[in-house]
Amino acid sequence: MQEPVVADTKTSNRELLDFVFAWPAWFFAVGGALNGLLVAAFWVVILMLMCGLQFLGYSHPVYWGFLIVNFVFWIGVSHAGIMVSAILRLTQAEWRRPVTRAAEVLTIFSLLTAVQFPLIHSGRPWRTMYWTFPYDWNRGAWPNPRSPLVWDPSAIFTYLTSTILFVYVALLPDLALARDRAPNPVSRAIYGVLAMGFRGTTRQWRIQTVAGLLLSAIILPIFVSVHSIVSWDFAVTSVPGWHNTIFAPYFVIGAVHSGVSAVVTVMIVMRYAFGLKRFITRDHIDSLARLLIVVATVWLFFFLLDFFFGLYGTEPAEVDTWQRRLVEPPWVVIAITFIICAYIIPVPMWMFRAIRRNFFWMFVTTILVNVGMWLERYMVVVPALERKSGLTFTYGDYAPSLSEFILVAASFALVILGFLTFSKLLPIMPAADIKEGQILADRIRVGRANVPAAMRE
Amino acid sequence: MQSQAKRELLALYEEPDQAADAVERLHSAGFDDNDIEILSSTPYPEGAFGEGHTKHRLFAFPFAGAACGMAVGIAWIVGAQVSLPIITGGKPIVAVPAIIQILYEGTLLGAVLFTVLGVLFESRLPDGVGLYDDRISEGYIGISVMARERRLPDAQIALEEASPIDLLSKEGSLMHAPGTT
Repeated sequence: MQEPVVADTKTSNRELLDFVFAWPAWFFAVGGALNGLLVAAFWVVILMLMCGLQFLGYSHPVYWGFLIVNFVFWIGVSHAGIMVSAILRLTQAEWRRPVTRAAEVLTIFSLLTAVQFPLIHSGRPWRTMYWTFPYDWNRGAWPNPRSPLVWDPSAIFTYLTSTILFVYVALLPDLALARDRAPNPVSRAIYGVLAMGFRGTTRQWRIQTVAGLLLSAIILPIFVSVHSIVSWDFAVTSVPGWHNTIFAPYFVIGAVHSGVSAVVTVMIVMRYAFGLKRFITRDHIDSLARLLIVVATVWLFFFLLDFFFGLYGTEPAEVDTWQRRLVEPPWVVIAITFIICAYIIPVPMWMFRAIRRNFFWMFVTTILVNVGMWLERYMVVVPALERKSGLTFTYGDYAPSLSEFILVAASFALVILGFLTFSKLLPIMPAADIKEGQILADRIRVGRANVPAAMRE
Repeated sequence: MQSQAKRELLALYEEPDQAADAVERLHSAGFDDNDIEILSSTPYPEGAFGEGHTKHRLFAFPFAGAACGMAVGIAWIVGAQVSLPIITGGKPIVAVPAIIQILYEGTLLGAVLFTVLGVLFESRLPDGVGLYDDRISEGYIGISVMARERRLPDAQIALEEASPIDLLSKEGSLMHAPGTT
């Protein structure tokens, strides 16, 4: 158990709501810059809708590139958010309190960003409705439910809806707090409507506790299913290098690795940007880093399994794909970079307590992990498609275009802007949860040591 | 003749012990848990104020939701395939392995939706009726009592004996100490 946060209710309220009711100049500067990127991406998308996908660097036989890589990457980031939150709630880990909301919000905006990419990639986003939802009764056009391209939207829709509702239920007490502390009648009225008259009765608190556990237990299987189904977008095809039974757990654990790292990055940024130094402590980062060591190692194990299974089959096409991924330039450079970034640099560093408790080094290493994980997805997707098979008569290399770089940059801008906007409008830390931790915190004497402890029902 | 309508009183306490004392005095005065509400900005452990166990049926909602979600999923996905049969390599029109994913998602989505509805229902939300004071969010504990007109003095005495910082009715503060509203 970590050292509890020590602050009275008024101080906690003030510090947790400080950013919600303040308008720092940097918020406009950062928001403006992020919006600039989004406007650039908007024009790229408009151009593609008008003129087709020629602005992307696709070249036969490679028609999945940056956009699909980015989709997989953001789906991955979205995973750990809710996983961290749900597992910590279920196990009632004391250190969960400042972590959960940020992790859940990261999930929402990562998911919302991820779903943009298959839509853009389709070239005709409005037609995806025909492919995924059985609604066009007049023309009798129904989707094919045997296709993972139909499973995917159903899983993502379920995950997104569940996560938004999960966040909303947990947010009710904090909306009530924001209603009570709002500086003007308009925001007070808006928070009041959203809080739905939450007063903090014993019944409402009891239901909050039970709901947190129930929703966590329901969301965890959804979380596992979503990235499994994303992996089946690849694995149920017969493309060498993709057609592998290990893909579902490999993708899920990769998502957790990437997502938990993103949660650490976000928490460190929040600590300084939103003035939450009292609430996000070295203990939290240390705990997440220890979790990351295990996750990263399991992820490496699954990557190696994928590799060994590919080779043991001695299928020429499969071996050919792995040879391209790990030996031929430029893929060899990407492969080395991603392994170094996602494992070889960060994990040995996290073995040292001093690193795990150092905000700067944890920020750097978790960013490195996500650079590595983005490259890993790139290496999974593109080299497998680049294979020149017997019936490939035209052949070209995939070279990502400027449009794709803009779209990738804009995806980061969209997630950051979404997170920033949420933090500006609503408490990014669960105030009630944090205050509960303060009430239940105690110190007990064990021999001559005086150690922190917590009561639990 | 006195009115039989119930009226609400809300007392604010600085310390949990005072609030627990007020609840005990209210119980002694003949008020039961149905008449008393304890309001706080923080979830205290159940029974911290001497209140009884909160009964609820929230656990039933996800099961009902899962059943409904699965039923809708089956109707939707089987209906879609039967309406426009796509014959693929001699495979059955409704192939169970292919629809399991969508049934799974539908089942879990139903469970989540019903759980959230259950949260609102069991939390008695939306609620815009009860007395409330913003100071509760600053850490004060509110004890609210619903009492018939003739029992209001008993409730007021019980609440005042536990030393509240303020005592409120719908009309405003019933105390006139400095610093109270």
